[in-house]
Amino acid sequence: MAMMEPTEIKGGEMVKRHRISTRVWHWINAVAIIVMLMSGMTISNAHPHLYWGQYGANLDASWLDPPRFPAWLTIPSTYNLALARHWHLFFAWVMAVGFLAYLIISLINRHIARDLTLSRAEVAPRHLWEEIKHHATLKFPTGAAALSYNTLQKITYIIVLFVLLPLVILTGICLQPGISPITEWAIDLFGGRASARSIHFICAAAIALFILVHLLLVLLAGPYNEIRSMITGKFRIPPDRPVKIVESAGEIA
Amino acid sequence: MSGILTRRALLVGGAGALVSGCDALGNNPSFRKLLKTGEDANYALHRTLQDRNALAKEFAPNQRSPIFRANGTRMPSGDSYARHMATGFNDWQLVVDGLVARPQVHSLAALKTMPARSQITRHDCVEGWSAIGKWTGVPLKTLLDQASVSPRANYIIFHCADPQSNGTMYYESVDMIDALHPQTMLAWALNDTLLPIPNGAPLRLRVERQLGYKHAKYVQRIEVVASLAGHYGGKGGYWEDSAGYEWYAGT
Repeated sequence: MAMMEPTEIKGGEMVKRHRISTRVWHWINAVAIIVMLMSGMTISNAHPHLYWGQYGANLDASWLDPPRFPAWLTIPSTYNLALARHWHLFFAWVMAVGFLAYLIISLINRHIARDLTLSRAEVAPRHLWEEIKHHATLKFPTGAAALSYNTLQKITYIIVLFVLLPLVILTGICLQPGISPITEWAIDLFGGRASARSIHFICAAAIALFILVHLLLVLLAGPYNEIRSMITGKFRIPPDRPVKIVESAGEIA
Repeated sequence: MSGILTRRALLVGGAGALVSGCDALGNNPSFRKLLKTGEDANYALHRTLQDRNALAKEFAPNQRSPIFRANGTRMPSGDSYARHMATGFNDWQLVVDGLVARPQVHSLAALKTMPARSQITRHDCVEGWSAIGKWTGVPLKTLLDQASVSPRANYIIFHCADPQSNGTMYYESVDMIDALHPQTMLAWALNDTLLPIPNGAPLRLRVERQLGYKHAKYVQRIEVVASLAGHYGGKGGYWEDSAGYEWYAGT
């Protein structure tokens, strides 16, 4: 990320946004996560009951019975648990390796340190309230502000990157009896195997919710510009009053 | 308004195209082979990361499931099994043969007099449910040592007494690491009572680091082999042959 000279940003300019590592990972991960969710829904259909504790089967009390997911949401579309598991276990590797690589690269190139940390001013209640109001009225950042993640966006990304994805991967590993001798500490930490499975499903549902909101916001903020910026890295700044900026979080060297 | 409807139509249509595209990929043999590398990678990783004798967790008696669920065959069909049931499995025999120096035939009574092991473990089904129960039986290693297994042995096949809808009998197989694992046993009791019929009476396999369908029930014969090819469908198990489930269900 290059330091930008103080510039007049009027809006309408084409700038560079999103590092190549972020863009590549975004699309690999998008494919992997969608396959994981859709094949996961087939797996859910195999036994649509969630339990809490060390065990849980048909005659035990479930705390939630997920709905039966329709064919158009599942991979494969006809019920085939064996094939769904092949999809799930292959793309688990794609997701986990991709995520690890993204984290390492983003630590090295300081993407996390620069773009995904919150300042004290950002988390001040007054500032957060302003942002919530702007989001609620669909006033998206323009001009220089459009170049960096806003606070709600940062908080969301931090939750997805540092809570949901690590948790969904760890609970997924906990479901493998083959290495349960190694993961038993984590299984117990989650409250047992049935609990780990429940947390796996809860994280998956939260990730699915994130994807829906994310897609909705992309549509509302201007899908052409947003999607182009995640493919080519080129982003046209939404017009605004001229603003002085010293450093742009969106600028990429 | 029409914009939103079009967008929705686009989304649903897009999801439909995605699903049919994935179905086409899933039915493509080379793509399926690629997907199965996930199983191979997990098998390699589990075998590398972990001591071959690492034990699955054993629980306290009060942590057991109130009712241990039975799945798959609950009552083997056919006259032969019915006769064994009628005589309380008194004539049930377990054959150990294949690549062994001394093939064995054990009566059920003889198996019960051998040094037994008990373990309270969690049974994880491929469908997603789990149950905890206490198993008592003969370690498989004891039986294999008596028969003296050839160094050419790579797999153990378990032949079962329950016929399946496709006309073959149920069977399963494990590698030598799982075969010699201290918790791998032929169990004849569940929760301190003789093994119930839905759970595999009179003998079932316990292979604690794999999913439930590997735990063959109604076991009659243990065959030591060098390769799984040429046995039944060649994929090492009834569910592996008939529906494409993973042979390594560790998973």
